[in-house]
Amino acid sequence: MIAQRKVLTDEMVAKIEALMPRYPTKQALTLPALHIVHDELRQVPLDAVVEIAQLLDLAPAEVQDTLTFYQFFHQEKPHGKVRAFVCRSISCALRGGEQVLDHLCTKAGIKPGETTPDGSLTIEPAECLGACDFAPCMLAGDDLHKDLTPEKADQFLNAVRGGAS
Amino acid sequence: MTDSQTFQPVLLEAVGVEQGHSLESYRSRGGYAPLEKLLAEKQPPEVVEMVKSSGLRGRGGAGFMTGLKWTFLPKDHPGPIYLCVNADESEPGTFNNRILMEDDPHQILEGTIISAYATRASTAYIYLRYEYPQSWKALQAAIDEAYAAGYLGQNIKGSGFSLDIYLHRGAAAYICGEETSLLESLEGKRGEVRPKPPLPAIEGLFGEPTVVNNVITLASVPVILADGAEQYQSYGAGRSRGTLPFQLAGNIKQAGLVEIAFGATLNGLLHDFGGGTRSGRPMKAVQVGGPLGAYLPREQWDTPLDYEAFAAIEAMLGHGGVVAFDDTVDMSQQARFAMEFCAIESCGKCTPCRIGSVRGVEVIDRIVAGDRPHENITLLEELCDTMIAGSLCAMGGMTPFPVKSALRHFAADFTAAQSR
Repeated sequence: MIAQRKVLTDEMVAKIEALMPRYPTKQALTLPALHIVHDELRQVPLDAVVEIAQLLDLAPAEVQDTLTFYQFFHQEKPHGKVRAFVCRSISCALRGGEQVLDHLCTKAGIKPGETTPDGSLTIEPAECLGACDFAPCMLAGDDLHKDLTPEKADQFLNAVRGGAS
Repeated sequence: MTDSQTFQPVLLEAVGVEQGHSLESYRSRGGYAPLEKLLAEKQPPEVVEMVKSSGLRGRGGAGFMTGLKWTFLPKDHPGPIYLCVNADESEPGTFNNRILMEDDPHQILEGTIISAYATRASTAYIYLRYEYPQSWKALQAAIDEAYAAGYLGQNIKGSGFSLDIYLHRGAAAYICGEETSLLESLEGKRGEVRPKPPLPAIEGLFGEPTVVNNVITLASVPVILADGAEQYQSYGAGRSRGTLPFQLAGNIKQAGLVEIAFGATLNGLLHDFGGGTRSGRPMKAVQVGGPLGAYLPREQWDTPLDYEAFAAIEAMLGHGGVVAFDDTVDMSQQARFAMEFCAIESCGKCTPCRIGSVRGVEVIDRIVAGDRPHENITLLEELCDTMIAGSLCAMGGMTPFPVKSALRHFAADFTAAQSR
């Protein structure tokens, strides 16, 4: 007896099911399923965890156990429309990465890890974005922002406030 | 360094080339010809032998002989056998995987297909870190092209060999670059490290024999097939054969990728290619091999870029990431960073790593604050030794190397605050 789904849409379920032939176990779909939900909702609420578990024949605790291991997934609240990862790793730190993170957070009025009250932007520190040749850098959505300066950070914030990503 | 500077890249040929990522461009450079030739002419054991005799070693950091790793798979296994492509490049200071995935994804795919043929794997998963959306797009586009051109799927080029390659997205966990953690993650679990044995070759993904190879390792395979094992073996020094795209970053004038053969000195890389520090101040230390690599003082910069030469000075070449620091950097804080990084990224499975790293940060803070520095330095040394001896994987087992090297070579930085 399948309970009525509250969070997962038919489209999400279809996307998850389409990946099933790729893996010999349903549990292997845990990360892909979490990503599919997170891509849409910018969070994976507890109800979605239960529904994913049902779809994959797992206990909700198994899905939740996996989810909480990875720093990527937001659960209780969605991240902002734009999610910016600012690198705090060695190469970026040596070229002013921490100052850029501070500058962005101060201008946006939030602390690292927080979302602006209007829900437009979340700023999170990242370990290494693999773009050390363009340090300091930031990943916002699919865009890599290279050789960041406070001026470039301001331009980015203006673009976010203007509704662009 | 003249030889190195005129060295023609074999791996990074297409980097920066317009449309270099397309199948058409890859084929125009001779791509997929080695694959077609071997499917028609060579049996899997011959390919394994070629890779073995080329001297190719794992480029993800451990430097284990690639061909030898493949021979650990059980013979005559009915299958399935899995090949996992480790594209979870997360070591701070490394980016050669990303650039190759974006600029020449077909080279990686061809290497993966050849390696799957050699190991009789029927499915390959590319475990790609979340932070590389452009690599995802480039790889997926290349996979689609390869299927359409008949290089993937059933009965590839009429050889009877079949292979599917799937992209699998990580979720921002550094530890998933460790091969057993990667397998756990692929299975949909927490990315906690598995004890070895069993080796993944015996009992890996979904309990089946599995090979895990790094992106650069696999991309080197078509080069070996095209030019011959002897040619590849002719580059390098000692037991480090072939080429590696070294990554220059940190306080360096010219950051970027430099593909050279093993054996050149670190000094050559730093000065001939890197052009010295970006700040113009004297260079104080260099970290090679990511956050688990030692900090090297000037006296050690004439060390050849060679796995064994680095091991001999308790350092590691790893994946070839090179990060330079100028004389304004406080090495006690870099040591602290190493422990803090481990505390944040530890999978939590074993105690020396999970708790040792947290205690490591605290002890370094006490030393720097002048709280019984001698006693605490001894304690830190003991803690490092415990982590090295007792950790399950390289994360906890090698985090002490940067810490110990900072203590040994830059001891004054740990006590500077008190003397000020």
